[in-house]
Amino acid sequence: MRRLFALLAALLLAIPLHTGQALAQDYAEESLPNPRQEEQALALMDAIRCVVCQGQPISGSNADLAGDMRRIIREKIAAGESPAQVRAWLVSKYGDWVSFQPQVSPATSPLWLVPLATLIGGFWLLSRRIRIGRKR
Amino acid sequence: MKRKWLLWLPFALGLVLLGLFYVGLKKPEDHIIVSRMVGKPLPLFTAPAALPGQPGAATADYRMGKPRLLNIFASWCVPCVAEVPVLLRLKAMGVEVDGIAVHDTTEALQSFLARNGNPYTRIGRDDQSRIQLMLGSSGVPETFVIDGRGMIVHQHIGVVSEADIPKLLGLLGQQK
Repeated sequence: MRRLFALLAALLLAIPLHTGQALAQDYAEESLPNPRQEEQALALMDAIRCVVCQGQPISGSNADLAGDMRRIIREKIAAGESPAQVRAWLVSKYGDWVSFQPQVSPATSPLWLVPLATLIGGFWLLSRRIRIGRKR
Repeated sequence: MKRKWLLWLPFALGLVLLGLFYVGLKKPEDHIIVSRMVGKPLPLFTAPAALPGQPGAATADYRMGKPRLLNIFASWCVPCVAEVPVLLRLKAMGVEVDGIAVHDTTEALQSFLARNGNPYTRIGRDDQSRIQLMLGSSGVPETFVIDGRGMIVHQHIGVVSEADIPKLLGLLGQQK
């Protein structure tokens, strides 16, 4: 019985110790304790461009600044911000360029509208062809 | 006749596109990333003193009425050495120059300033680039002009040279 208590006490002591360690972690390289948040953070890091080594996402860059960006992304996500909010924060500092995923705006709307228009135009041409074929 | 010509149009457009791809591949990807913070108020930050004898920097220091330069630099940054004489000249003209030392150590900074001279009124340390990221700065050296009300007026990317002095003085509202 006494042993059980000792074990329980040890466990209780271990919990604050563990969270203390988590706080001392460096989020530039280490994952968040919450797996769902870590997943969100990683997805965002893949979509943010490193401002030093410009072709790379910050997830795969060794630059100091990329590590610092990863740290801030993890911290912000851990604090409850959504990936979209964190992305918007980075865009407010560095512009659209920092995000690999283009933002929907009047200037970028052709990215979505042109394929759609091409598709509709293609169907229209095809339907005319078929009609002409039937008439023959 | 006109229809036949129209048939070739998609191919022609395709060729134009391929040409653009080719040109794009040949052009090296070298973007200068301009901060979106220019024209906006200086974000709230407190940079602890990087050196024992010199104060750090904080947002409140930039709302005192006098415009200041905020220079993002590092002792490990080679081009930063080149701009120190120019910053010293600006200081001699009465310009307040503050530094934010990115990823630096006290010892390395001390020897950097001993070797090159110290143009800075305040030097704040930024070990995790937090202030650099807040400012939308993507490298060293970069120099921000902050007006007396804490607004970011201008971002100078790269080394400040002699030739930049008149422009900076103009932005600081000082006549040469």
